[in-house]
Amino acid sequence: MTDDTRKADDAGKTDLAQYEVSDVCGCGVNHGPGGHVHHHADHSEDHGPKRTPLYDLHLELGGKMVEFAGYEMPVQYPMGVLKEHQHTRAKAGLFDVSHMGQVILQSRLANVAEAFERLVPVDVLGLKEGRQRYAMFTNDEGGIEDDLMIANRGDHLLVVVNAACKDADVARMRAALEPDVIVRLLDSRALLALQGPMAEDVLAGLNPAVREMKFMDVATLELAGAECWISRSGYTGEDGYEISVPEAAAVDLARALLAHDDVAPIGLGARDSLRLEAGLCLYGHDIDATTSPVEGALNWAIQKVRRSGGGRSGGFPGADRILSELVGGAPRMRVGLLPGGRAPMREGVELFAAEDSPEPVGRVTSGGFGPTVGAPVAMGYVPTAMAVPGTVLYGEVRGKRLAVEVVKVPFTPANFKR
Amino acid sequence: MKFTEEHEWLRIEDDGTVVVGITEHAAEQLGDVVFVELPDVGTVVSKDDEVVVIESVKAASDILAPIDGEIVEVNEILVEEPGKVNDDPEGDAWFFKVKVEDMSQMDDYMDEAAYKKFIG
Repeated sequence: MTDDTRKADDAGKTDLAQYEVSDVCGCGVNHGPGGHVHHHADHSEDHGPKRTPLYDLHLELGGKMVEFAGYEMPVQYPMGVLKEHQHTRAKAGLFDVSHMGQVILQSRLANVAEAFERLVPVDVLGLKEGRQRYAMFTNDEGGIEDDLMIANRGDHLLVVVNAACKDADVARMRAALEPDVIVRLLDSRALLALQGPMAEDVLAGLNPAVREMKFMDVATLELAGAECWISRSGYTGEDGYEISVPEAAAVDLARALLAHDDVAPIGLGARDSLRLEAGLCLYGHDIDATTSPVEGALNWAIQKVRRSGGGRSGGFPGADRILSELVGGAPRMRVGLLPGGRAPMREGVELFAAEDSPEPVGRVTSGGFGPTVGAPVAMGYVPTAMAVPGTVLYGEVRGKRLAVEVVKVPFTPANFKR
Repeated sequence: MKFTEEHEWLRIEDDGTVVVGITEHAAEQLGDVVFVELPDVGTVVSKDDEVVVIESVKAASDILAPIDGEIVEVNEILVEEPGKVNDDPEGDAWFFKVKVEDMSQMDDYMDEAAYKKFIG
């Protein structure tokens, strides 16, 4: 959901390209820098990227800042992307994901969950209090406008959406749900993620109750003196937590976590390689407004009750296409791709059925080096007939056709606490 | 040692060949290197030909031949251990050696002081 590293191949140089970061969103809104309403008063310029409450801390920690989705974010710290990645898998990493949109949906009169089901193909009514679920906003053509997390927090839903899409998402929710439901984009809470096998022990040092949470549980708990909204979830394939914290308390909480020997700050670069190894989609790349949930291999996120024959079948944008694909399949699918050699296959690499076939059959949507796998890994779209694990395709890298095998994702086993 | 604006270093060996690598500044900017593709020994290159591909966790980059000549040796160990480019870019992690035809091309390049000034 966040990072975007791409091949920056300005021919002929020891190219000192920085990360090229983009606001690719697919939600039809131009997210140029400064195109958003500023929401942090301490950064009062009218143009240029926004800053999160942890901006000064990132600089203090030596973070290398880049613009991402309209925010100045750390792409890496002095430890470097590889070691940050490995540290998260071995111990615990702290991520600032405050650029993401936190939205509260509340109403005294309407049933918010029932109303929200008009926007997503998932079972929101069946989501129990204290639980969270993955979802996606769909469009009338059955494509994905954004992916998101929905938490049932009792008298309201808390929705977390991608930074680059948040204004469009809020507009979509307002258009569909107001006035019965109040849609509120929070502008005074930071969002931190603590991820890795030591995350539970570290966070339990601040509040032992976090140990009781299971994967995808949500709870309101005090951490370092602040009321935090915590979910046991993340974007790395590791156990961990995402913590919504009041802006004013965010730096203190981050410092309290970083004080632990097992915790290191982790930038967007490692966030991207971690989620890639975990087989998780990056919106705007692996899924977008033209890919349906079935093409995106996200069938698991659509519960039976919303499918054909279910009690609340359909009733979301693009239901005709999505319901039909859930039964009959889609012409193409997102798959995991394991290049045979050492050369990374990055986003945009075209995939061919044979070494000499003239026309590509698919393309890579995310790819790079997987530090835990110790080899290049990628994801991309291929015709469904070629989506069977073990199928060998050819990716064209710098004019050469290199073998790449279709594999199941994740590339690294998930370590969730179920 | 001489330096190019493309952040390569060149060193003349005792046998008259020129060794080429990338500078510490370049290695640091590239980030962790995860892939190196070297040219075949015997390849005759012209200045500015793309001879080496390196990929870091961030991006792919090409290294240009800084000088005309024939590739007479490549540092094969980098293929197996691309991370050496970050560990010792101006020492063990050289990329290739060139038998140079016209050494005067070296005159175009910066000395260490000039390069330091160049990278600011």
